[in-house]
Amino acid sequence: MKYVDEFRDGELARLLAATIAAEVQPGRTYHLMEFCGGHTHAIFRYGLPDLLPANIRLIHGAGCPVCVLPIARLDMAMALAKHPDVILCTYGDMLRVPGSGRTSLLKIRAEGNDVRMVYSPADCIRIAQQNPDKQVVFFAIGFETTTPPTAVVIEQASRLQLPNLSVFCNHVLTPAAMHGILDTRSSGEAVRIDGFIGPAYVSTVIGSDPYEPFPAQYGTPVVIAGFEPLDVLQAVLMLVRQLNDGRCEVENEFTRAVTHSGNHKAKAVVEQVFELRDTFEWRGLGFMPNSALQIREQYRALDAEYRFAGLLQQHADQLSRLPQDNKACECPQVLRGLKNPRDCKLFDNPCTPDNPLGSCMVSSEGACAAYYQYGRVKDRIPAVTVAPTVTEA
Amino acid sequence: MCLAIPVQIEQIHDEFSAIANIGGLKKEINIALVDDLQVGDYVILHVGFALKKLDEEEALRTLALFAEMGIDVPAELASDAELPGTGEVVS
Repeated sequence: MKYVDEFRDGELARLLAATIAAEVQPGRTYHLMEFCGGHTHAIFRYGLPDLLPANIRLIHGAGCPVCVLPIARLDMAMALAKHPDVILCTYGDMLRVPGSGRTSLLKIRAEGNDVRMVYSPADCIRIAQQNPDKQVVFFAIGFETTTPPTAVVIEQASRLQLPNLSVFCNHVLTPAAMHGILDTRSSGEAVRIDGFIGPAYVSTVIGSDPYEPFPAQYGTPVVIAGFEPLDVLQAVLMLVRQLNDGRCEVENEFTRAVTHSGNHKAKAVVEQVFELRDTFEWRGLGFMPNSALQIREQYRALDAEYRFAGLLQQHADQLSRLPQDNKACECPQVLRGLKNPRDCKLFDNPCTPDNPLGSCMVSSEGACAAYYQYGRVKDRIPAVTVAPTVTEA
Repeated sequence: MCLAIPVQIEQIHDEFSAIANIGGLKKEINIALVDDLQVGDYVILHVGFALKKLDEEEALRTLALFAEMGIDVPAELASDAELPGTGEVVS
């Protein structure tokens, strides 16, 4: 496939890795955090840690949208799904995430509630039109990539005056989370980050400009990378060169899709429909100011948090009495890069992708699921000399 | 769900809808978020929406970066003759 295969070439990957190995300074370690679930997935799928020299440490950040959603918000979605008039629609990854009281949307569906997996939020318009006697609620989650599609659907539903569609908005902002992670450095419980591998598709929408504060305020360089293995390796090389040269700037490896200012049309519709929330809770990072979006007043008729305010309040009182996260689950520390999935007592037994106890084990972009699927039997990361073949997909 | 793929536009219906070729599979996608699309363009597809048009010149420039470290990209790609589309990229 064009724009895919040429960026997955195994021989080129080995040559790039050899260049990285030749340029890293012995005795220096490079702690690089990727902030994109797609990168986490690509890094494990293509065995990149095995290709890289041992002094490059890849740390997995809070880039998986399913993983960072706090249980309280999932519980609210489940409360909506239990209403007999509601059809709750959401992305497939969300269905298996465990909420309070050891339940999930999938289990709620098995109990006879109408929970549907949608491939695209646009499907919700069709479902609402086909079920005029039901209330269709789109449980919207994700970073800046899923936000513009949700905005298009809200704008379209408003124009069509669909009376039975609403959106439960949980859209969050990537730069805010990067600030959140760097700010934990001052609290003492800090992960060392020498550079960020900037997200691929988030950056196609927001552009590279929003990352400028990271070199300026924190002295942390950012290299935006595409999703393919050669993109990630090239970004690692660019970060190594910045650190070796003592440079600190925003660089863009993913120029085939990312510009300085991003996708203006997508940003405009997001601006039209959404506004900043004062504060929003992230799993692992806690409440962060200006880190999420809410639906503007003009579109409030389509906001499920207003339409079902009474129902949600009623359930909030009930839910506060249920046990929340499994206490042994290390997802919060994994999301901040403080712990490796293997450090968690629950990893592999009993927490597996088939029976996830924490959100990082659910989505294929979660660090725990990626470790489980591609790397759970490895003891430690070997050096580049024993690098296996990068597989073609 | 964050996984997104490059697909080629095959037919444009109106400002909202187009048919895309996804590795041989034809599917209707929403193009409301991208301006100035033409048949033959490649876009990044995410949750049923075209998110961004891919820039062929920039893709070639990135591949050329690998040449900086002594990698002969055209020769490397020619050795992968079974991969569809790669010939177009390097020509």
